Amino acid sequence: MATGTRRRQSRRVETKRGWKDRLVIGTMIGVPTLLVFWLVWLPAAASVLLSFTRWNGFKFSAIEWVGTKNYVDITTIYPPFWPAIRHNLIWLAFLFVLPTILGMVLAVVLDRNMWGSRFYQTAFYLPVVLSLALVGFIWQLFYSTDQGLINEVFGSKVDWYGDPSVNLWAVLVATAWRHTGYIMLIYLAGLKGIDASLREAAAVDGASEVKTFFHVIFPVMRPINMIVLVIVVIESLRAFDLVWIVNKGRNGLELISALVSQNVIGEATRYGFGSALAVIMMVISSVFIAIYLRIVFREERR
Amino acid sequence: MARPVTRGPRPSLTIPGSVSGVDRRSILRGALGTGALLAASGALAACSSDSSSPSTGSSSGAGKPGNVKFGINEARGSGPAYDRLAAIAAAYTQKTGAQVSLNAVDHNTFQESITTYLQGSPDDVFTWFAGYRMAQFAEAGQITDLSDIWPIDGMSDAFKKAATAADGKQYFVPVSYYPWAVFYRKSVFEKNGWTEPKSQDDFMALLKDMQGKKITPFAFAAKDAWAPMGTFDILNMRLNGYDFHMELTKGKKKWDSPEVKRVFETWKTLLPYHQENSLGRTWQEAATSMAKGECGMYLLGSFVVDGVPKDAADDLDFFTFPALDATIGADALDAPIDGFCVAEGGADQEAGKAFAKWLGSAEAADAGNNASSVPFIAANSGASTAKYGALQKKSVEVVQNAKSIAQFLDRDTNADLANTVITVSLQNFIKNPDDIDGITASIQQQAASILG
Repeated sequence: MATGTRRRQSRRVETKRGWKDRLVIGTMIGVPTLLVFWLVWLPAAASVLLSFTRWNGFKFSAIEWVGTKNYVDITTIYPPFWPAIRHNLIWLAFLFVLPTILGMVLAVVLDRNMWGSRFYQTAFYLPVVLSLALVGFIWQLFYSTDQGLINEVFGSKVDWYGDPSVNLWAVLVATAWRHTGYIMLIYLAGLKGIDASLREAAAVDGASEVKTFFHVIFPVMRPINMIVLVIVVIESLRAFDLVWIVNKGRNGLELISALVSQNVIGEATRYGFGSALAVIMMVISSVFIAIYLRIVFREERR
Repeated sequence: MARPVTRGPRPSLTIPGSVSGVDRRSILRGALGTGALLAASGALAACSSDSSSPSTGSSSGAGKPGNVKFGINEARGSGPAYDRLAAIAAAYTQKTGAQVSLNAVDHNTFQESITTYLQGSPDDVFTWFAGYRMAQFAEAGQITDLSDIWPIDGMSDAFKKAATAADGKQYFVPVSYYPWAVFYRKSVFEKNGWTEPKSQDDFMALLKDMQGKKITPFAFAAKDAWAPMGTFDILNMRLNGYDFHMELTKGKKKWDSPEVKRVFETWKTLLPYHQENSLGRTWQEAATSMAKGECGMYLLGSFVVDGVPKDAADDLDFFTFPALDATIGADALDAPIDGFCVAEGGADQEAGKAFAKWLGSAEAADAGNNASSVPFIAANSGASTAKYGALQKKSVEVVQNAKSIAQFLDRDTNADLANTVITVSLQNFIKNPDDIDGITASIQQQAASILG
C-alpha cells in the first residue's frame, strides 16, 4: 500500500515543476514516441494487415482481402521458403561456431603483444570496414568458376557460387572472413580491460595459461560474451547483402530477407505475399529477442 | 553481375531490365545524375515557363507540340544510350520549338520505382518496354491510349501488335529493338568447316561435330535468372509456336500442359550440349568462353557484343534458331522492343501525345543515331541504316523477315510470376532436369495463385 504521505509528496514535487519543465519533458517523450509509432509500429502493423491481402501496389481500392492464403501458399506451394528457413538457421549456427571461436583465439593471441601485433590487428579488422556488397565482389574473384583464383590455383572445376550444395558454404566463408575481425576486435577490447592483477594472481597460484583463460579470464568477460551473442544473432537474421549480390538469393542461397525483397522490390509487386514473409521473419526474430531479453533481465535481477 | 558499362558497340537501347543486377556504380551514378537533374530540370522548367508553347506546323493528327517532360531510363552521361535520347529530345525542340525537359534516371532505379513513379506526378512521356509490361499499366489505367497516333509511317504490323494492349488499343510507341539469336565467331566456324544450320538435322549434326572436336556447342549462363528464359522462349516458339507462347504468358494455357513439358523434355536432351555449371556463371563469362573459342555458339540478345573483346566482336555473326517442327517453322523470335508511353498522370496529355508521335518517326531515330557513337536498331523501317554495323544490318533483316516478334518471357508475362516463380523454376530445372513433372506442377500451382 502506497502511503498517503508519499503520494502527497510526489504530487507536491510535480506541482513544483514549472510548465516549462513539463513542456520540455512532454516534448522529449512525445516526439520520440511519435517517431517510434510512425516509423516502427505503424509499418509493422501495416505489414501484418497487408499480409492477409493481395495488392499490386496500385490504388488502395485494389487491395483484396484473402485471409490466410498467403501463409498457406508460402508454406505449401512456395518452394524457396523452407530452404530459406534452413539456411537462416545454418547461418546462425555457423556464425556462432567458426567466426566467434576464431575471433576469440585471434584476440587472445594478439593480446600477447607479440611482434607485429598491430599489423595483424589491422589486417584482420580490415574486412569489417568493407561493405558486404564489396566483400561479395572480392570473393567473386576467388570463386568464379572459369576465371576465379581458387579453381585456377587448384585446377579444380567447382562451381562455387552456382552449385547449390556448396554455394551457401562459400558465402558463409566470405561472411566469416568479415565477421571474424569484428568479433576479434570486441574480444580484444574486453581482454585489454581485464585487471592485470587477476592474471598475476592466477600465475602465482601456478595455474597454466589455458586454465587461467577458461577459469579466470573467460568468466570475467561475461558482458563481452553477451554482446557477441547478440551481435551474432542480429547478423545472422539480417544476413542479406552478400546473397543478394551473389545471385539475388536464389538457387541454394535462399534467405527469408532475400525472399521478402524478391517479392516486393523491383518489378514484382506481391505486396501481400512479401508482407506475409516479412511477418514470418518478424515472428522468428521476436523469439530470439524474447530469449535475449529474458537472459538480460535475469542477469540484472541477480 | 550487372549490366555492363558500355564498352564497344551496343546495338540496343538497353539490355532487358531484369538483366541488370543492382550495380552499385550505376546506382551511385543514378543518384548523382538525379541530383544534378533536379537542379537542371528546375532550371529548364523555369526557362520554359515564360516561353509560351509555340506550335509550329507539325502534321500530327493528335495533339499540339507543347512543352513536355520526358522521363528516360538512362542517367545523364551514362554513355551512348543517354546521348541518343538527349539528342532526340533536342531535335524535337529544334523542330517544333517546344521545350523538352529531360528527367534522366539511372536504368535500374527507373525500372524498380516505376509503379510509384506512375502514381506520383510522372513526366508526360517516359521510356518503357513493349509487351505485358506495357499492357499491365494500360489495364491499371496508368498510361494513355495512343491508338489515334497509330498507324505510324514505317512501323510494321509486328510492331503494332507489340504496342497493343488486351483491349485492342495501342499504348506504346516503339523506337528500337534487339533480337535474340544464336551468335558465333565466324573464324571458329570457318576453321572447323562449319556452316549455319538450316534444318534440325543440320543443327544436331553441328552439335555432335562440335562435341567431337572438344568444343562445347553452347555457352550457357544461368546465374542471372533471366538468362535461361531465352532458351525456354525459343524452344517454346519452335515447338509450340508464337500463339502458344502468348497464351501461356497471358495465363490462358497451363504451365503443366503437355506442350510445356515437351519444351522441357527437348531442353533436357539439349542440356548435354550446353556449358556445365551454368548456375554460377554470368552471361559475360559465357560470352567470354565463346570469344575464346571454348564454346561454339551462344544463344543471347545482340547485347552479347558488350561481353566480348573488340576483336571478337568484329568476328561475330549469328543465325536464328532453326525450326524443330516443320509445321511450326522458324518465323518467330524474341526481339524485345523499347519505346515510349504517355503517362496518364502526366500534366499535358496533348503535348505528350504529339511528342510520342514524333518519337516514333524515322526522323527521331536518325536524330538519336547521328548523335551517338553506337546506334540502336530503329523500329521505324524508314530510319537510316548508314551508321549500322554488319550485325545490326543483319538484325534488321532477320526481324523484318520474322512473322511474329515476342518480347521475352519476363516482358510478356505477369512480372510477379516471371520474377518470383519462373526464374526460380528454370534454375531448378537446370539443377534437376529429371524433375520436369514436379517443376511444371509447381509453376502451375503458383501461377494459379498469382494470376488468381
